[in-house]
Amino acid sequence: MRYYDKLIFELSKPGRTGYSLPASKYPELQIPAGLSRETPADLPQVSEVDVVRHYTNLSQMNFGVDTGFYPLGSCTMKYNPKINEEVAAMSGFNALHPLQPESSVQGALEVYYETEKALATITGLDRFTFQPCAGAHGELTGLMIMRQYHISRGDLKRTKVIVPDSAHGTNPASAAVCGLEVIVVKSKENGLVDVEDLKPLLNDEIAGIMMTNPNTLGLFEREIGEIAALVHECGALLYYDGANTNPLLGRVRPGDMGFDIMHLNLHKTFSTPHGGGGPGSGPVGIKEKLLPHIPVPYVAKNEDGSFSIVKNSAESAGTVSGFLGNFGVILRALTYILMLGKQNILMAGPLATLSANYIKESLKDCYKLPIDTVCKHEFVFDGLINDGADKTEDGHGATTLDVAKRILDYGFHAPTIYFPLLFHQALMIEPTETESKETLDDFIDAMRKIAAEAAEDPALLKSAPHNAPIKRPDDTTAARQPILKYKDCK
Amino acid sequence: MSKIVEGLRYSDSHEWVKVEGDIAVIGVSDFAQSEMGDITYVDMPDEDEEVTAGEEFGALESVKASSDLYCPVSGVVVEKNEDLEDAPEKVNEDAYANWIIKVKMSDPSELDSLLDAAGYKALTEK
Repeated sequence: MRYYDKLIFELSKPGRTGYSLPASKYPELQIPAGLSRETPADLPQVSEVDVVRHYTNLSQMNFGVDTGFYPLGSCTMKYNPKINEEVAAMSGFNALHPLQPESSVQGALEVYYETEKALATITGLDRFTFQPCAGAHGELTGLMIMRQYHISRGDLKRTKVIVPDSAHGTNPASAAVCGLEVIVVKSKENGLVDVEDLKPLLNDEIAGIMMTNPNTLGLFEREIGEIAALVHECGALLYYDGANTNPLLGRVRPGDMGFDIMHLNLHKTFSTPHGGGGPGSGPVGIKEKLLPHIPVPYVAKNEDGSFSIVKNSAESAGTVSGFLGNFGVILRALTYILMLGKQNILMAGPLATLSANYIKESLKDCYKLPIDTVCKHEFVFDGLINDGADKTEDGHGATTLDVAKRILDYGFHAPTIYFPLLFHQALMIEPTETESKETLDDFIDAMRKIAAEAAEDPALLKSAPHNAPIKRPDDTTAARQPILKYKDCK
Repeated sequence: MSKIVEGLRYSDSHEWVKVEGDIAVIGVSDFAQSEMGDITYVDMPDEDEEVTAGEEFGALESVKASSDLYCPVSGVVVEKNEDLEDAPEKVNEDAYANWIIKVKMSDPSELDSLLDAAGYKALTEK
């Protein structure tokens, strides 16, 4: 990897530009004095080749799914097929404007309609809104629909949401942003929601429960049927956090498990770029009975086969983004679904599950596996079995952070670390279905080497990475004394 | 092994209380700061705000996590440790010397439900 760390501002030379404009023919037409800025915008002054070289150099320091294996747990960093990009680049799609008349964007509206139908078939929900632009945005939207459902029935007491202690941090955060109070339900020793702990929490103040299935430990919540019955019995709704949909894709459907509302992360499960390459898309699916509360605008099919945009709905939960969300992402996701087709999309989950279990079983003699069972698409280690503490003076062996830094030296992206919070040294690995056995074997070899290095010489891990252009950024000082502007750099 | 100071009262959510007359000086335990890692921000209530035993009165943020602070006693905040606004790392350096808030207690009998040093030591060794 070639080292390059300049900021574009450092390349700036006064007066240098990449354009040449003729003098104005209309000098009398000036921006009114009160509206023009007093000091010029502080933009970098660079030529076109400066800009191209700068960003090309930066891009070559990037790590992505196109350069290597990216086992970042809970993120489903599967390969993004290039045909997605080809379709999204078609001029009929990429030159559209959201304010065009409906009659001129029938094809785009059909994309929304077809994607909605496909997602409904895959998830067992009935309708989808494409407004949310990310997973957590989808969570908030789903909870707004949930709240609106209770309000529309005059059931105003329901202001609390139950969230398991293994949940993604976004769940309690979304509930709080939605003005709902969060109640935590504990997990049992086996990592699953404790139904006995849940029962006493259910009453007429509960708006709903948010669950991820399989949960963040990669374990399937086997008692979901009983949980759904209990939650519905108390008049509350079930929300499905779709971040972990990949292992179940088309095989087990949230709608059939009893969920009323869910979001999908198109940028995870449906192979659209993310991890700095975004933007995202977090469509929210609902059961038919919640349709009056779906955000507006949404796309509807007319009796004559044409499509129109529904802009008003008296009981809607509202509008959560401009227009109809991130169209380009939705288009890529539909391409992915159509390219795989019904038969092949069913293979994604089993292959992702096989990959995860293969890595887990190949490494569990080197890394602590707190819950030793068959996992779904991901699993969580709790640090090294032998951290080499006996080889150090202060008794502090190699930690999960040190393992994550060392794996960079072997050319892999690090797994997710210190999440979920159930374990102290959590190391969360999700390989996805798009990796070959050879790639998985290379990763397993590297992880085994690292475990051996830790046992022999933990200092080697503590000083890692040794080959990466950036070593260990001082994130503590960055958080305590953030420098937010280039000009503030000393 | 984290440090536990004799003579203080402790909550099971890892806050300590030092009683000075009707004033409770409140901080977090050494165990809490070591679990949190490098603390980057201490969120504290302002003077004259009311606090309630068992309820949240602020939060610690670290590079690793954010954790709510629960008040061991009820009363009114008489002082916050403004030093921590610019130097949150002081909590890491000495969690007992660097208190977070001082509360004028409304019900000193609440202290009876807190742990002593031995009881807290047993809790952290679980």
